Amino acid sequence: MDGYRDAALAEKLSAQVYRFSKTPVRLMEVCGGHTAAIHKYGLKDFLPGTINLLSGPGCPVCVSSQKFVDQAIFLGRRKGVILTTYGDLVRVPGSVSSLEKEKSRGADIRMVYSVLDAVKIAKENRGRQVVFLGIGFETTAPASAAAIMRAEQEKVYNFFLLSAHKVMPPALESLAGGDTQIDGFLAPGHVSAITGTMIYQKLADVYHRGVVVSGFEPADILQSVLLLIKQVESGHFLVENEYTRVVKKEGNPRAIAVMNRVFNLVDAEWRGLGIVPESGLAIAPEFANHDANLEFNIRVPDCQLPKGCICGDILTGRKNPAECSLFSVRCTPVNPIGACMVSSEGACSVYYKYKT
Amino acid sequence: MCLGVPAKVVRIEGQEATVAIGSVEYQSSLLLIDDVKVGDYILLHAGFVIEKIDPAEAEETTRLFNQISNMEQE
Amino acid sequence: MRKITGRISMNHGNGGVYMQKLISDVFMRFFNDELIGNQSDAAVLNTGSGAIAYTTDSFVIEPLFFPGGNIGSLAVCGTLNDLAVSGAKPAFLSVGFIIEEGFKISELTRIVRSMAIEAEKAGARIVTGDTKVVNAGKCDKLFINTSGIGVLDEKHIPLSSGKYIKPGDKILLNGPPGEHGMAILQARKLFDFKTNIISDCTNLYPLVKQILNISDRVHFMRDATRGGVATVINEIARKCNTGIEIDEAFLPVNNEVAALCELLGFDPLYIANEGKVIVVADAMDAELILTAMRQTKCGKNAAIIGEITADHPGKAVLKTRSGGKRIIDELLGDQLPRIC
Repeated sequence: MDGYRDAALAEKLSAQVYRFSKTPVRLMEVCGGHTAAIHKYGLKDFLPGTINLLSGPGCPVCVSSQKFVDQAIFLGRRKGVILTTYGDLVRVPGSVSSLEKEKSRGADIRMVYSVLDAVKIAKENRGRQVVFLGIGFETTAPASAAAIMRAEQEKVYNFFLLSAHKVMPPALESLAGGDTQIDGFLAPGHVSAITGTMIYQKLADVYHRGVVVSGFEPADILQSVLLLIKQVESGHFLVENEYTRVVKKEGNPRAIAVMNRVFNLVDAEWRGLGIVPESGLAIAPEFANHDANLEFNIRVPDCQLPKGCICGDILTGRKNPAECSLFSVRCTPVNPIGACMVSSEGACSVYYKYKT
Repeated sequence: MCLGVPAKVVRIEGQEATVAIGSVEYQSSLLLIDDVKVGDYILLHAGFVIEKIDPAEAEETTRLFNQISNMEQE
Repeated sequence: MRKITGRISMNHGNGGVYMQKLISDVFMRFFNDELIGNQSDAAVLNTGSGAIAYTTDSFVIEPLFFPGGNIGSLAVCGTLNDLAVSGAKPAFLSVGFIIEEGFKISELTRIVRSMAIEAEKAGARIVTGDTKVVNAGKCDKLFINTSGIGVLDEKHIPLSSGKYIKPGDKILLNGPPGEHGMAILQARKLFDFKTNIISDCTNLYPLVKQILNISDRVHFMRDATRGGVATVINEIARKCNTGIEIDEAFLPVNNEVAALCELLGFDPLYIANEGKVIVVADAMDAELILTAMRQTKCGKNAAIIGEITADHPGKAVLKTRSGGKRIIDELLGDQLPRIC
């Protein structure tokens, strides 16, 4: 893996990007992991001014609605409930509180590395209701699905999922079709590992945007940018796969099958994009007894985004974090106002941390 | 999103595989993957093996990098 | 940033920006002695018959025992190190215990024993102490405070001020960052990763003594504890209004810490250490000091990791292995493990 981080190789790939890049282009790195890698390795130093990189909606924490966080907090305050979650969600602000704050006030909130750890916690605490907060796209949703199937199989009926899982293609298509000028997409490598590369075909064929499925090492990203530029320069748009060591055309059929068995597509709210049709994953009737939405009568008021926050414009690539009046003044990683500041991969958080 | 880390399969016990990330070991789940063997390189995400890493393709990628980056001398 | 309001959060104790804010807005507002104003690891005091360094530190840690040490060895080493990096030879220690009702005497005995051993190894004497017991639930098992007095050679008095730091100086680190924080994380058994990471908890005085003996061109030292190496680097940049460039390729790495960081999405530069010192020295003596560091037990993997620059004053920059550059920002909230 170290070879992909080699400075000499990065330098050479960069030279090629300089050589081929002529017209100014706007490229969106869809995945927060790409955003983080670009900043972590200082990759913007390798790209000419003609290339404008935009951070897309591929950070699950960022696109999860404030209402979802409020629902989680509602559950955390219920007596007897153990909330389990991936780490990133802990600091996301709801309309009045966050899981971190609720925890310091006594809610039983536990961070897990795997959703199966949450099932284990449920097994060890049969008298309590254990809720896992399901966030993430096609990469992560199959894990939640597998956990539900396991809980059902092992009769762990006190395990519940509050699903905010989402799928990527409808959001990308809404971006390609909207008023945002995006010439090409650096497609999310690990989503594609599950889904395969065919889900992006419409972006190239119908919307005439470049698509390159990219890995996460510096050389992967520079190479993918180079491939995208060549597409834009030639005017010939297609779906290319740079990350062939992991991503196959057909994806991971078993993971897809598990996901499809447990979830059904529903309309879902994305922070910044609003309601996107058939972009959310809700638990199918067969597994309804593990659906936190059905088990609990979750009542939270509808909420407005905080005043001045331009998370939506940032996620859609219309603006960058520096254009927000709250950025680094009132909105910082410790006191985030918008969700883009919350995740360490969120566009605002990354800008804040690595501002150059 | 989707932090995926390359790891090597050390042992397989039923639905679980012990994988090594350098010298760190983790008992991962095989519920989402078919046909994993000891010695395979895999991608680990949130405790699950989500895909195998193809060594031949990894080599091919490296070869492509070198080919492209050497075009300067053409 | 606005003035501090609201309630204390865990972020006010992590050594980063929020803790500095708490110190400046609440403590320094009323504790305004010029000596405390220096905000160095230890206060340097002139007694009339020679200079001494004086410091204090409190220790709360969960779990009390971890691979590589326990709260007792930590409490003694922490204070010894604050004295050592001020250039002082640790001489006297005080120890204070707050014990929760119900705590096992056998565990307390183990802890106290390791405190005695660490102090003796350093040639420091534990000369006074205090014990309080509180009702169950009023503290978490055991809290320890230690204070220390060290004897300071006249010529080392300016060391802790950092005023000798100048562009061109080299920055040295005695080993890989992140071992203590990751050993603690593992000891808490939050995640099921199997590692053999051992805390770097150690007394740095032997190393400090070695390099001060060999060179008169050591310009500054600071132990990198909470907030990690990144926090100390930023402190130097801010305090001396100078730029810093760290070269990632030269940073010592513990492979297990690196792997765990990759898995959890952490940056080792922000993880706590308990036996790491950052040394700033004249470039002329850097190699000499490096050799001396490597001859000590806690400096085997020492490296020159970067230098002080005239460019970008107040900012620390990391030159990444891939050749790009990025800012090493100050720690804000504690790092959260991330999966997505």
